[in-house]
Order: sequence, then structure tokens, then C-alpha cells
Amino acid sequence: MTDMSYLDGNMLDGPLREVFAVDVSGATGRCASCGATGPMAGLRVYSHAPGLVARCPACAEVMLRLVRGPDRAWLDLRGITFLQVPLPPA
Amino acid sequence: MSPGFQGRRRSAGPALPPGQYLTEDFPVLSAGPTPRVRPDAWEFVVTTETGTEHRWTWAEFTALPQETPTVDIHCVTRWSKLGTTWQGVSLDVLLDGVDTDAAYALVHSYGGYTTNLPLADLRGGRAWVVHGYDGRDLPAEHGGPARLLVPHLYLWKSAKWVRGMRLGVTDTPGFWETAGYHDYGDPWREQRYAGD
Repeated sequence: MTDMSYLDGNMLDGPLREVFAVDVSGATGRCASCGATGPMAGLRVYSHAPGLVARCPACAEVMLRLVRGPDRAWLDLRGITFLQVPLPPA
Repeated sequence: MSPGFQGRRRSAGPALPPGQYLTEDFPVLSAGPTPRVRPDAWEFVVTTETGTEHRWTWAEFTALPQETPTVDIHCVTRWSKLGTTWQGVSLDVLLDGVDTDAAYALVHSYGGYTTNLPLADLRGGRAWVVHGYDGRDLPAEHGGPARLLVPHLYLWKSAKWVRGMRLGVTDTPGFWETAGYHDYGDPWREQRYAGD
């Protein structure tokens, strides 16, 4: 029996394209460690490192990591419970 | 094999790993705020796969036999620095009385940083916990009071502000190894990113 309750991950392309095309520094993020919620532009970013490490201004835990290789990038958002992204009315 | 391809050149200046450039200063890289750990509050803990803990206070650590390795260091951000001199304790000494069948170490630091290495790379006179650099106490921005030094791997493996290591039978990737960087990080094979 075929499980028809889910869709192929390709369907995420459109919905995520709308989200990731925005300026994330203008989004609001919630720290997964302490729960502090505020503008992503308020994070403390350590850039003298092998990647970008963005830390919560309240508890200093890592909220976001971005590593840029020559032909790839890795994005770790484990430290963020949610990103609230302003969008035009649907 | 061509006759000229039998090892690194020894006569034409310092040999650097591929993709590296030489620097004379000592860049400071950090993924977070610099921890300020007083030596009297510092400890180093080796935890085996069975949970046995081996601890050293600062006084106990600095009373161990000391070495002053002079080594070349290679950062994955492409700078290399040659002939750096450190003071510290060989991991061979620290692991001497540790009964373990582990194959891997997950090193952890004050401030939360982690990095993973095969345990074999910490043995054989190739790895130290150092507390001195260039004849002085190791400054906090370079990992003081003490850091790991494993110069045959990219420098992100040489964890600053080292606090201890957990030995395991399986490999657990650390901070940069879970964000795209290579699990092993051999600069001579240019193992920068996962899959390199």
C-alpha cells in the first residue's frame, strides 16, 4: 500500500524560496537555548572564524552557523526555534 | 613515478601545504567570546568510554614532564605559520595511565567549543596540551590558560581553552565538523570540507 499522506520534498522549493529570498537579518528569531526573541540583526556574529557564528545577545549560545565552501554552503539553524519573516499579505 | 616526485623539497624555502600562504603574525580566530579561566579554577578531565574520569588540577598539570615543541601550524582559513614554539605536556603523558579501548576523542573547551580526532592522532608525540607560547604564558586570545596543539591537522582541531576530552568507540563530530568541515582535516591532503 502506498503512503499518500506526504509529498515529495521538491514541493518545498516554492514555499521556501519565498522565505529564504527575504532579508533574514530583518527577521525575528527565537533562541532555542534561552527563549529570547528578537531581531536577527541583533545577534552577535563572530566572523574571524572558519565560518560565521551568530550568538544570542542574551545567553551567548550559538543560534546560527553558516560555512561557505568554494562551491557549497552549510547552514545550521539548530539554535533557532523559529524565524518570523515579514511577508506581504498573501 | 617521476624521479623528482619523492617527497617535499627541502632546499627551496619552506614547504607549505597546498592552498596555504605564509604569515608572520599570529591571527586570532574565535567562534565566540573569549573565556577567562583562572588557572586555580582550571581542570583537565579525560573521560573514558566506561565513564572513568582522570582529572588534573593546574598544579598537577604543570608538575607533569614538560616539552617545548617547535612546529608549523596551518589554519583552514589558509594561513600557515612556521616554527612556532610552545610549552606543555604531551598527550602521551596524559593518556599514559588511562585504560581505554576507544578509537576517538571528542575534545571540549571552556566556552562550549568541541572538536573530534582519532585517538591515535593524539598519541605518538604528535599532540600536546600547551600553556606557554614563545617563552611566555599562553594569552587568553590564543587559548590560554591551556589549549590543545595537534599541528599535523588544521588548527581548528587544536582546541583553545581546552577543558577535557571524552573517549569513545565511535566518532562524534565536533563544532566545525558538524557545519561542513572535514572530519579529519589533514592540511597536506587539503581536507578542508566534508568530502574533500
